[in-house]
Amino acid sequence: MIISSPEISNAGVLQTLAPDWPGGFWWHWLLFTVVILAVVIVMVMSYIFMARRQIGRMQSRIGPNRTGPQGVLQPVADVVKVLLKEGIVPAAVDKPVYWLAPVVALAPVFAIFAVIPWTDGGMLADLNIGILYVVAISSISTVGMFMAGWSSSNKYALISAMRVIAAIVSYEIPVLLSIAGVLLLTGSLSMNDIVIAQRNVPFILLQPLGFLVFFIAGLAEISRSPFDLLEADQEIVAGFHIEYSGIKFAMFYLVEYGEAFILSCLITTLFLGGWRGPLLPEWLWFIAKAVIVWFVMVWIWATLPRIRIDQMMALAWKFLTPLAIINLIITAVQVLTLPENMFWVMIPVNIAITVILILLWSKSFKLGWGRVEV
Amino acid sequence: MKFERYGIGIAKGLTVTLKTLFRHPTVSQYPEQKLHTSRRIRGNELVWDVNKCTGCGTCAKTCPQGAIEIVTSTNMLENKYVVEKYQVDTGYCIQCGLCVEACPYGALFMGYSYEKAKYRRGELVQSKEDMALAEKQPSGYFYPEIAAQLPRQTLLLEKITEDENGS
Repeated sequence: MIISSPEISNAGVLQTLAPDWPGGFWWHWLLFTVVILAVVIVMVMSYIFMARRQIGRMQSRIGPNRTGPQGVLQPVADVVKVLLKEGIVPAAVDKPVYWLAPVVALAPVFAIFAVIPWTDGGMLADLNIGILYVVAISSISTVGMFMAGWSSSNKYALISAMRVIAAIVSYEIPVLLSIAGVLLLTGSLSMNDIVIAQRNVPFILLQPLGFLVFFIAGLAEISRSPFDLLEADQEIVAGFHIEYSGIKFAMFYLVEYGEAFILSCLITTLFLGGWRGPLLPEWLWFIAKAVIVWFVMVWIWATLPRIRIDQMMALAWKFLTPLAIINLIITAVQVLTLPENMFWVMIPVNIAITVILILLWSKSFKLGWGRVEV
Repeated sequence: MKFERYGIGIAKGLTVTLKTLFRHPTVSQYPEQKLHTSRRIRGNELVWDVNKCTGCGTCAKTCPQGAIEIVTSTNMLENKYVVEKYQVDTGYCIQCGLCVEACPYGALFMGYSYEKAKYRRGELVQSKEDMALAEKQPSGYFYPEIAAQLPRQTLLLEKITEDENGS
């Protein structure tokens, strides 16, 4: 069952140039680059605010509410505070790497937003390898984090950086395999085509298992709770950015929440139907869905305790990866055998398969040769 | 079939946090919002009754910190002491309440106020006008007849009062 879509064939042409745009391509490109950077920074700040207020309320507190109405200016105050702070560079750091690390971590985060489809074709570059570009670029951030951990000459930073590498290497596999399930249905790597292919039904219904695997593994990739053991405050203080202060710390903070925004944008694009939705403008639908995804992520953050590193590795290799492979095989079989556009068969079958597989795997999922309960 | 190991614990935890999200927060914004205090607490202020005080100075002798300073003169016509100066340096006061218990004429009380922090040490010294009974309410501490008239309450009340001054 391939989701046939006549729109896909000409979708790549949509974005290259708005023909009636004054001044040609480069002005168009420059303006929208600036707009998207501004949108990303504003969204990151609102994500920080939302996370703090929501976690506060979920822990029966109030959260920041002093700066501005309902505390909405709190992220601004934080940014101003952190920019005014002294940038302390410890004596023993490897200076070139230490200075380069925040840039290497931050640049890919912004680069990814070039292919996020805010509206139908409303993206900086409608790459025909869009999702591959996202996966490839997002891994570069990890290099920045490892550079930070290595160059700080601090044991906590190094431990944290090693955990980052271990987590990303392990969780990249289920992420990619669950993306592959979506790509089988879509038949295209372009982010816009993926959204266009969801015009009948969002892929969260067709790929419930893929969605779960992608969501969990994505949380681990961006080191959100319960997988936030790279910055486990109680054991390794703050993780790889422990020796960073001032604007360099602010850049790492931006990376952290920027990646959260990327993940919610990716989930929106791949599984929730992207910009599709009635009545409201397309970009608003996109951002609303991303914010809902972030709500769920913060909800999990406020609820679950941090897991151990062995539990984290076991979850990736024994739970998520096999499920993602099975999901991929099942999707491939369905795409090959079922006739076109048979959603009413695929949705219940896939949901049933998801439930059965998760129950089966939970039963056989053991840590420490079965001596330690999960 | 028990669902203990199939993620049901995670679902339970998520419902708890979701319920808490829609509940009123249990914290209050202290200077603007205050919890109703029970009438059965005793604060850290002294309340002094000018009419009952005979100027005997028992309170000053009892005070383990020597925080009470009392100066009297003699009124020969009515054959009694006149309290000229009665001041307590609350910076020394440990709120032990011994002065209240020692007063033979029931002229000293513990009050209700608990916000007696000051910015300057000199402001901690309270004169007899500061402690006058006329403006303050004595608490039930060491006075069972006052305590008996208090309403029945728990110590912690959930009601929050907004401070009208807004500080």
